[in-house]
Amino acid sequence: MRNPEMFISLIKIVVVLVIMLTAVAYIVLLERRLAAAIQNRIGPNRVGWQGFLQPLADVLKLVLKEDIVPKSANKFIHDLAPVISISVALTTFAVVPFGDHITLFGQNIKLQIASVNVGILYILALTSLGVYGVTLSGWASNNKYSLLGGLRSSAQMISYELAMGLSIIGVVMLAGSLELDKIVQAQAGWKWNIFLQPIGFITFVVAAFAETNRLPFDLPEAEPELVAGYHTEYSGLKFGLFYLSEYANMLTSCAIITTLFLGGWQLPFLDGLGLPDFWLSLFHVGAFCLKVGVVLLFFIVIRWTIPRFRYDQLMNLGWKVMLPLTIANLLATGFVILLFE
Amino acid sequence: MLTEFGRVFIFLIIGAIFVAGGLITAWLVRPHRWYPGKLTSYECGEEPVGDSWVRFNIRFYVVALIFLIFDVEIVFLFPWAVVYQKLGLYAFIEMMIFLAILLVGYAYVWGKGDLDWDKPTPHIPVIKKQKPVEQAYAEEVTV
Repeated sequence: MRNPEMFISLIKIVVVLVIMLTAVAYIVLLERRLAAAIQNRIGPNRVGWQGFLQPLADVLKLVLKEDIVPKSANKFIHDLAPVISISVALTTFAVVPFGDHITLFGQNIKLQIASVNVGILYILALTSLGVYGVTLSGWASNNKYSLLGGLRSSAQMISYELAMGLSIIGVVMLAGSLELDKIVQAQAGWKWNIFLQPIGFITFVVAAFAETNRLPFDLPEAEPELVAGYHTEYSGLKFGLFYLSEYANMLTSCAIITTLFLGGWQLPFLDGLGLPDFWLSLFHVGAFCLKVGVVLLFFIVIRWTIPRFRYDQLMNLGWKVMLPLTIANLLATGFVILLFE
Repeated sequence: MLTEFGRVFIFLIIGAIFVAGGLITAWLVRPHRWYPGKLTSYECGEEPVGDSWVRFNIRFYVVALIFLIFDVEIVFLFPWAVVYQKLGLYAFIEMMIFLAILLVGYAYVWGKGDLDWDKPTPHIPVIKKQKPVEQAYAEEVTV
């Protein structure tokens, strides 16, 4: 191979994408089974062992369904919106480090697709782009419910984006870098940011719930009043793409929470065990997956156990509680750093 | 030599190929049977009334404006946060002044009521107190 670097990048990208899409399909199954357990039902368990082939059956069904675009809709934007949503949701994962280095076939491979030097700004930029998918779909459907859903969603997402950005700043001040792998390395041992930045952690998690439109904040698609909101007029695979992007967003935000606050791929006692390098790298990846899994379970359990906010409560929380809290956290962090210098 | 953003770009392209592949397959295998009734907008089974692109609350516009101001502020905060540990007290005081100016604007917006959203006013049904049966009967007998 003349250009091994390019080749390695390509393989990494394809592997990560395939794992992500499979993981997303199984998160859907996990959520349905867990929701069923919480609500004292059985849930999908017929297709394959314990319903393990259910995601496949779902995809097949969505592919075979007719795609209905209302006559009054703007066809081009109606088609474009789910593609924006899914590509944003997938591309955010490109900067998340899921392990340290690994040596395979004599090549030292970095377990991160792109170590962009402005990693956090990249993540914030892409989450802002995510608003477009939802808002455009709401506008282009030419349906009153969709328009209201899209509007609510854009107002909600921009409100919580502020809190999200401000709660990361404490982490950046501690690490002194915007690169995600440097932030992970700064959290070695037990110096996880969840302990150093507890308020930042809580506000970030709340903002992540709002950005992914998950349940306490799922007003854009509130079933009883907006009949699914921005995707009322979507069917077939285009609906499937929205569904996929919602779960991909959830996976990505869990990965980002893990990276920024839970020490990423680090486990404190792992490096002291004296394992061979190859196994150590594998355990790092395992630790990362485990942490992401725990955060995912938290997301799912919250969804099925907590009632929905009212819209004015949602905006009050975003603008009058989260924003002052994150600014206060920022000043407190700055003050404490000054004291310890 | 591949730059880091080059990798991100390749990631985006391969992701797009995945999505496009799915969409094209779906287009090939799904049925295309439509009739005018199917293509109307959904409005709970009724004929759609009027245009859907209706006027909406001005607050959404105001929130977008306030967001813009604060978002620019956050962009200024990030480079400050990166070099904060090197600059120390000087950077802290400078950022306090910057934040103080912004907080004045925030307090103005809050005081003006642009952050308040309509609260629902619940109508608690008033139930007229009924006389107990015995009392009503007794009154009837005395009359």
